[in-house]
Amino acid sequence: MGKPKTIIEKIWEKHVVHQEEGKPDLLYIDQHLVHEVTSPQAFEGLRLSGRKVRRPDLTYATMDHNVPTKNRDNVKDEIARKQMETLRENCKEFGIKLADIFHPDQGIVHVIGPQLGLTQPGKTIVCGDSHTSTHGAFGALAFGIGTSEVEHVLATQTIWQERPKTLNVKVEGDLGPGVTAKDLILAIIAKFGVRFGTGYVMEYTGDAVHQLSMEGRMTICNMSIEAGARAGLISPDETTVEYLRGREYVPKGEAFEKAAKEWLALATDEGAEYDETVVINAAEVEPQVSWGTNPSMCVPIGGTTPSLDEVEHKEDVRRALEYMGLEEKQPITSIDIDHVFIGSCTNSRLSDLQKAAAIVDGKRVKYGVKAIVVPGSFSVKLEAEKLGIDKVFTDAGFEWRDSGCSMCLGMNDDIVPPGGRCASTSNRNFEGRQGNGARTHLVSPEMAAAAAIEGRFVDVRKFTAGVLN
Amino acid sequence: MEAINKHKGKVFPLNRTNIDTDQIIPKQFLKRIERTGFGQFLFYNWRFDNDGGLRDDFELNHPRFEGSSVLLAGENFGCGSSREHAPWSLLDYGFKVIIAPSFADIFYNNALKNGMLLIKMDEKQISEWMNQAEDGTFILKVNLEKQEITDDEGTVVTFDIPAYHKEKLLNGWDDIALTLQLKDRIEEYENSKLA
Ligand code: SF4
Repeated sequence: MGKPKTIIEKIWEKHVVHQEEGKPDLLYIDQHLVHEVTSPQAFEGLRLSGRKVRRPDLTYATMDHNVPTKNRDNVKDEIARKQMETLRENCKEFGIKLADIFHPDQGIVHVIGPQLGLTQPGKTIVCGDSHTSTHGAFGALAFGIGTSEVEHVLATQTIWQERPKTLNVKVEGDLGPGVTAKDLILAIIAKFGVRFGTGYVMEYTGDAVHQLSMEGRMTICNMSIEAGARAGLISPDETTVEYLRGREYVPKGEAFEKAAKEWLALATDEGAEYDETVVINAAEVEPQVSWGTNPSMCVPIGGTTPSLDEVEHKEDVRRALEYMGLEEKQPITSIDIDHVFIGSCTNSRLSDLQKAAAIVDGKRVKYGVKAIVVPGSFSVKLEAEKLGIDKVFTDAGFEWRDSGCSMCLGMNDDIVPPGGRCASTSNRNFEGRQGNGARTHLVSPEMAAAAAIEGRFVDVRKFTAGVLN
Repeated sequence: MEAINKHKGKVFPLNRTNIDTDQIIPKQFLKRIERTGFGQFLFYNWRFDNDGGLRDDFELNHPRFEGSSVLLAGENFGCGSSREHAPWSLLDYGFKVIIAPSFADIFYNNALKNGMLLIKMDEKQISEWMNQAEDGTFILKVNLEKQEITDDEGTVVTFDIPAYHKEKLLNGWDDIALTLQLKDRIEEYENSKLA
């Protein structure tokens, strides 16, 4: 037996095409995902230099960022329509499979990859989108790239990458009842900050992580980029294998069993060493609500906004509070909201919607609150409708939409107006993210659902127990 | 991409940390299918009010900073999205060099691919320069070959940059053309996977 290795080292070593002293490694890419916003200039670059897409068979495209989530047959935004058409033409010209706006496989790129089984353990996966880290939940090495790199991967199926350092994010103990994967990742970022992952690939380890469903794991890996890490992953286990069994793009029959064995063997070896380790105790994590303008500005639901006397970067905190229209030391439960968004590649999968629906079932959205649910993919939407979940939401007063990125970044019509305040299951609370002047509070689907009913933030654990004060 | 070696320019101090790509260029301006013309949207929500008027509470709008080409910023500059529109808008606006204590990974790569020089510098030095740059007359001279920055008074500060990045910037190399020289290796790799 050789030296014990982390999954990160194993995947890396299997993908090195070329290595030279003093340079990054040239890595082979197994799966390239493409969407309408970060690809037009890349295809244009190929055309200008007379290059082809090297492996159209390893490339898959969809449109998600600026698609409307209602009245789809009539896209009013001219420039958005142009961008979608451009993707359509590019995919045709270069022979790339496209899940177009009315295709049954359409959806947010990070929702459909796993759903179709394109995302598999051990693969290197890239996409012109920072939340590509999501796919790491399967034990893939997945990271976001810019448009020049998209062009590079299209032309060469490879990418130059510096060998990353490895970071073990060790989650000890178990999550308490009513505490979700979203709360865990928000708590991790609140504790260690928005930079601690910079330069690293993180692996999330510990029982609490492996007890999570694949969907919970995707929520965690999705937000690795919010901690500065380009990629975050989780070693594959039986849960991973069972999730993938029978999906469209995974091997079938015996070939699947063989692949599954290889996948499980990728898991980090006992005794493997990381460059760095951080530890968090899951039992101490409570439902989280962000109060500021980056994802580390986040506290437990029972907490308050910070006091300026007690923080290090006073000016940043003062600016954030001012933008958010909040006072220092303000209790989170005193914050009224007027918008609720359940969706995004962080939390728009079937189980997210099921859990939120269980909270709103039989209740009404508070008067004056605009609440929308945007399933992550067309297929999630259909499955939810089969289960009657859409009815639960619409009966309660939510709008039920078509799939897309929607209010996560507000590139289509789904925006929060200036000064509006939104409980959002997305991943970024940056200034203006959901609309110019919009105020975003990041929460889990359950917390967002409860906030929709109450019109303010409440502890979802008390909410379900019926003991609100 | 254009090669860069020496640059001399007026410094604009942006004393904020974690400046994210949504601030650098908001999403409503990502719908263009070209690489050019993004400068007008740089820091849009900080530069313009809701009616599209120039905001006087954002220093970059002040005439004394007109023509700035060196940007000083706080740590973790460029965090957030992978949008290459961020460096495109900075370059198109006129910024050629950014100096900060740290940069987000994807942004760093994107900027490099477009021939923009990003320099990591310790916070103390940056905050000194920020103070000096307040009045809009502070000029820095950057020499990439020598890895030196010289201020108005001739004080020289050195900086680190990975040799590989430096070489690429100095030569303005096209990454794809370089990689395609290794086409045989890529083919070999693909064949070994099929076996
Ligand atoms: S849902 Fe939001 S974070 Fe996810 S890919 Fe779309 S815009 Fe990006």
